[in-house]
Amino acid sequence: MTDAGRHPRITIHTLSDVLEIKGNVGNFDVQIVKKARYVDEKACTACGDCAKVCPVVRPDEFNLGLSSRRAIYSPFPQAVPSAYVLNPHECLGNNPVVCSKCLEACEKKCIDFHMSDQTLNERVGTIVVATGLAPHDPRVLDEYGYTRYENVLTSLEFERLVNAGGPTQGHLLRPTDRQQPKSVGFIQCVGSRSARRGKAYCSNICCMNTIKSTLVLKEHYPDMAVKVFYIDIRAFGKGFEDLYTRSRRQGVHYVRGLPGHVEELPDGRLRVAVENASGGTLDYYELDMLVLAIGIEPAAGTHKLQEMLGLQLTSDGFFLEAHPKLQPVDAATRGVFYAGCAEGPKDIKESVTQASAAAVRAIRLMQSNTIAAEAITSEIDPELCKACGKCAQVCPYHAITVDPKKKTPAQVVTAACSGCGTCAAECAFGAITMNHFTDRQIVDQIDAMLEDRPSEKILTFACNWCSYAGADYAGVSRLQYPPNARLIRTMCSGRVDEQFIWHGFKKGAPVILVSGCHIGDCHYINANHWTVKRVEKVRQKMEKRGLRPERLQLEWISAAEGVRFAEVMTRMEQLRRTVTDKEIAETIDLLEK
Amino acid sequence: MTTPVPTTSTTAAGDARIGVYVCRCGLNIAQTVDCDAVAAAMAKQPDVAVAKSIGYACSEPGQREIREEIETLGLNRVVIGSCSPRLHEPTFRQMLAAAGLNPYLLEMANLREQCSWVHMQNREGATAKARDLVKMAVARSRRLQPLDEARLPMTQRALVIGGGVAGIQAALDMADNGYEVVMVERQPSIGGVMAQLDKTFPTMDCSI
Ligand SMILES: Cc1cc2nc3c(=O)[nH]c(=O)nc-3n(C[C@H](O)[C@H](O)[C@H](O)COP(=O)(O)OP(=O)(O)OC[C@H]3O[C@@H](n4cnc5c(N)ncnc54)[C@H](O)[C@@H]3O)c2cc1C
Ligand code: SF4
Ligand code: SF4
Ligand code: SF4
Repeated sequence: MTDAGRHPRITIHTLSDVLEIKGNVGNFDVQIVKKARYVDEKACTACGDCAKVCPVVRPDEFNLGLSSRRAIYSPFPQAVPSAYVLNPHECLGNNPVVCSKCLEACEKKCIDFHMSDQTLNERVGTIVVATGLAPHDPRVLDEYGYTRYENVLTSLEFERLVNAGGPTQGHLLRPTDRQQPKSVGFIQCVGSRSARRGKAYCSNICCMNTIKSTLVLKEHYPDMAVKVFYIDIRAFGKGFEDLYTRSRRQGVHYVRGLPGHVEELPDGRLRVAVENASGGTLDYYELDMLVLAIGIEPAAGTHKLQEMLGLQLTSDGFFLEAHPKLQPVDAATRGVFYAGCAEGPKDIKESVTQASAAAVRAIRLMQSNTIAAEAITSEIDPELCKACGKCAQVCPYHAITVDPKKKTPAQVVTAACSGCGTCAAECAFGAITMNHFTDRQIVDQIDAMLEDRPSEKILTFACNWCSYAGADYAGVSRLQYPPNARLIRTMCSGRVDEQFIWHGFKKGAPVILVSGCHIGDCHYINANHWTVKRVEKVRQKMEKRGLRPERLQLEWISAAEGVRFAEVMTRMEQLRRTVTDKEIAETIDLLEK
Repeated sequence: MTTPVPTTSTTAAGDARIGVYVCRCGLNIAQTVDCDAVAAAMAKQPDVAVAKSIGYACSEPGQREIREEIETLGLNRVVIGSCSPRLHEPTFRQMLAAAGLNPYLLEMANLREQCSWVHMQNREGATAKARDLVKMAVARSRRLQPLDEARLPMTQRALVIGGGVAGIQAALDMADNGYEVVMVERQPSIGGVMAQLDKTFPTMDCSI
């Protein structure tokens, strides 16, 4: 921590949040809001004179409310930066009559009530997302009487209580009577591995964390009765089994089975009912203290970043890597990398390993002062352009300039174009060529596909980032579905031109599926909004012309939704079976007129 | 390793010479899809100069064979029916570049993730689908045009969002390698959850 704080090439903005990110790999423009600290970060020596005089007492977040702090405080002794911080919502205010005691107490004069939030702009070439975890909050499900029973703690609270720098100087005390407990029970998988309560996934660290805690207890209090209630112990890492064995040797009692019920006894002790899965008996234990091994969840704000950078999430809500095996720290968005628990629950060692990997992947791009630009961009033919302005309106990157009033034809700023193809799909005059996904290329694919036995085939458009990746995920998971669909990959569902759909029906397609990223997840900001509008429009036209609009389908499938992809395929096949040869022949007749 | 993109322009559509390679991927594809039958069907398509099945297209011998045929047969389009382009498109694009072809003259058909692995009980249906997918790729490949990747400036600084142990490590590694790093942390101090821990497994020592 201090190394990072002192490093001449690292600038740390604390109390800060990323407000907006624009641009692409090589040139991301980042807007950061830095909240006022009200203390000069550089001048403050962390002497603490200010806090001594502050009359406001508040629960200390760092110790999870197990101790208190003042309205002006140091986050924790080793904090980086070490400067104190003032919470303006708690402070009695800068009216000298009201208080400003700290202002007088500070000899260095580094407190400034008039400091204001700052907006900073930074340009960077690469981004490492390391937003970490949020511990599971057991209050949400009222688990094991947490908050109702004072002697039920979370594992994080327990960490603070046994920490020499914590609120009890490292002495484990029972909250109700501040006595040392004689017996402590740990309950595993709180908020994890349950389809009904909390999250379905394994949080990865809680087993080992509990084993660690039992060893800490046995070291300090050899006579303490320590029990662990578990489903199974996952001690898979290097050196883990050894710690588990040590814990059992030292007399920690591992009970297979999670408590069904906890009740508080009049003296504050806790009575725990456990169905012992090994013996098949219902056992009762009376314990002085219970510790909930809480799971790990994605950090707050994950969604906001996801939208800002066009990233993908797994169904568990963590960031999704570009490839689970071969690109484990790359985001699908070029120039963005993941490190630590932002990508999934993991321990410190794995977080650090992944962070070094992310750093190297970023350096690999940054070592040259130029980077290959996207070659898949659009081009406009000024001869054909009628300067209607539509393309500029739909481009999510504002990469097109056109003046409908002066009739100056549209122009693409190639460096700003990300290649979604929405403009080409929307131009009514065929003035836009989408490189590598030209009309001609796609129409030829449709023709090749529907040349023979078209009635058996489902013409499917899939976007590179979500639905096509979801189809790959179904494959990796070996999910089986009917073999009737043929996928045409485009970068974005926004590329799917109305003409492709009509052409497909004219060539005898029974069903056409357009698929892409969920709304809000579009890799091209919001290009898929235009997909929705277009599909709706075509369906209305189909209805008017006497075609069944159901034959055109729109589905959102994320890169992690292999199961959903397989389900959609099965549904499409059912739909295809409802389309008769007669219906197809009539459609062809109608459209050829 | 990035191979520079050659700017050689190729023949326009009309005189395309297409090489079609249907990868068996060991048995990953071949046990469900009749790769030889797919290749044989492609050999009859117009503009196809060669069509064959191949053991492991991405392996060095596989790539060498394709590179050599690009030269000896004068291929100017390459179609590979194999795994997902999301996996090996970069591999094969580099192969084309190494053989002196513009990398955008490659087209892939997804015969593994989107065919053999998802229709395992239906060899006939999977083979018919594979035939269509490769045929579509051949049709598309005829229309492919060489593209050049312009160079854009790279800002040689990084942003790290989050100052927990992962963010700190990433920042230090990049900074120690000479890159400027901007770190954004929501809390008044960096450190994240690790700063709150006492001892940590597996070493049982203190965390900060
Ligand atoms: C109770 C408990 C005990 C544990 N014990 C151990 C142990 O003994 N051994 C072990 O190896 N591991 C242990 N772990 C796991 C360990 O804590 C994690 O592996 C590690 O903290 C992950 O580091 P990180 O940097 O990914 O995330 P974090 O530590 O969560 O850090 C993320 C940082 O990013 C900041 N942030 C989040 N979002 C934003 C945003 N949008 N903008 C700006 N900043 C943001 C946060 O404020 C935080 O400072 C334990 C975890 C818990 C919960
Ligand atoms: S949509 Fe087409 S015609 Fe209209 S301004 Fe854009 S390029 Fe020109
Ligand atoms: S709409 Fe898409 S393809 Fe067209 S200019 Fe904008 S980013 Fe490029
Ligand atoms: S190219 Fe793809 S399908 Fe072929 S061997 Fe390699 S991994 Fe398997």
